[in-house]
Amino acid sequence: MSKGHRFYGHGIPRVNAEDLGGTLIVIEGADGSGRSTQIADLVNWLETSGRATVQVGLKRSTLVSEELEKAQEGNVLSRTTLALFYATDFADQLENIILPALKSGFIVLADRYIYTLMARDMVRGMNETWLKNLYGIAPEPDAVFYLSVEPQELVQRNLSKTATLDYWESGMDLGLSRDLFDSFLKYQSAMGDAFRQLQKSYNFEIIDANRSVTAVTKELRKKIGALLENCG
Amino acid sequence: MKTFSESHFPGRLIAVEGLDGSGKSTQIYLLKRWLEAEGIKVYFSEWNSSELVKSATSKGKKRELLTPTTFSLIHATDFADRYERHLMPLLRAGYIVLCDRYVFTAFARDVTRGCPPDWVRGNYSFACAPDLTMFFKADLEVSLNRILEGRPKLKFFEAGMDLRLSGDLYESFKIFQGRILDQYLAMSKEFGFVIIDANDAVEKQQVIVRKLVSDRIDLKKFKRRSPLPLPPSLPATREETEKEEDKTV
Repeated sequence: MSKGHRFYGHGIPRVNAEDLGGTLIVIEGADGSGRSTQIADLVNWLETSGRATVQVGLKRSTLVSEELEKAQEGNVLSRTTLALFYATDFADQLENIILPALKSGFIVLADRYIYTLMARDMVRGMNETWLKNLYGIAPEPDAVFYLSVEPQELVQRNLSKTATLDYWESGMDLGLSRDLFDSFLKYQSAMGDAFRQLQKSYNFEIIDANRSVTAVTKELRKKIGALLENCG
Repeated sequence: MKTFSESHFPGRLIAVEGLDGSGKSTQIYLLKRWLEAEGIKVYFSEWNSSELVKSATSKGKKRELLTPTTFSLIHATDFADRYERHLMPLLRAGYIVLCDRYVFTAFARDVTRGCPPDWVRGNYSFACAPDLTMFFKADLEVSLNRILEGRPKLKFFEAGMDLRLSGDLYESFKIFQGRILDQYLAMSKEFGFVIIDANDAVEKQQVIVRKLVSDRIDLKKFKRRSPLPLPPSLPATREETEKEEDKTV
């Protein structure tokens, strides 16, 4: 596995990133970009080949996930509060799942990471420098794959799955449009812009996920296979 | 860090800081009573009191789930919620906001717990600085005695037990409070704390506090223009208040 990691910024008190082994792989992308399908495939593929994996995602912490969910239902959070609440959720999973798993040499598959959180906050007007300091607690992943899908295609996939569009994934709190459909398209295109802005500072590989599931799977396996080989 | 006045807010924010047992809460309460009696638009906000975040914080504390990082972040979330929901609109509306603890509490505690100072300060950088910060400085022994006499059941995080300073709750509390005091004193100059001698008698301190506030803030600008709405069952009182108001206008 890879030799040590480094934190983006200040890191976590009393944790030396260089002591972290394992491999941290991040899959980013909007709802409907095929993240969960691809992660399920990767877990299956890696475990079959004898490698231990752990999965993390957003809003899954023991500490605040319930409260965060409740607060979002009522839509009562202001943007700074929302940003810090999500950062708390991330930090709890980072310290309780990601760091211990890396120390034990696991492959950690993250179903979204700090980039989605930062992009969402940036679209809501939060300052990029502020966000970079906040998320300086995060270790730099070994690879980040951004599953890029055109907003029009995302609409089709989401509608065929749930017959509606998610309030938050449509950015309805931003008042971009009263119409859910229009708001979704505007919000997803703003998120795409925010990701491109973040790409300047964070190294992610863009995967064209407008293609079929199998085509994307094949590309991901190839890239991750090469990464694991390189790391020994 | 700009103050609310420097950032052109019509309102003003006054914060009190100090160790547990320094008597700061008593002083800010008495200040609030005075300002209310003077007919000033005043609002009081306490550290760690956002309804929204409360259940997560208390769960984290009870089950000892918090690390220095999540302890810091959850308190920042709590502060942000109060800041965006109450403080900002009130300060825009020309209120005098009184805060029992402000960002400096986080700066002192979180850094004592091992969080990098720049990280903590950066996270709170969305907040303006108070227009007046009073630091209640009591001898460490005096603060400790006040707390330990009155409320002998210390909580895990309150005593800094997460830092493993000592296996004994009281011993840990003493060391922890001492370190927080050091942090406070180290930033006192940088943030322009006005130091109040908290070993003095309560009344004597309050005279100083009220004088400081009226020297620093032109209080007559913050008076209510219209009387507070009263329940309909009190018509007599309402008339009196209106008469009072006529005189002042």
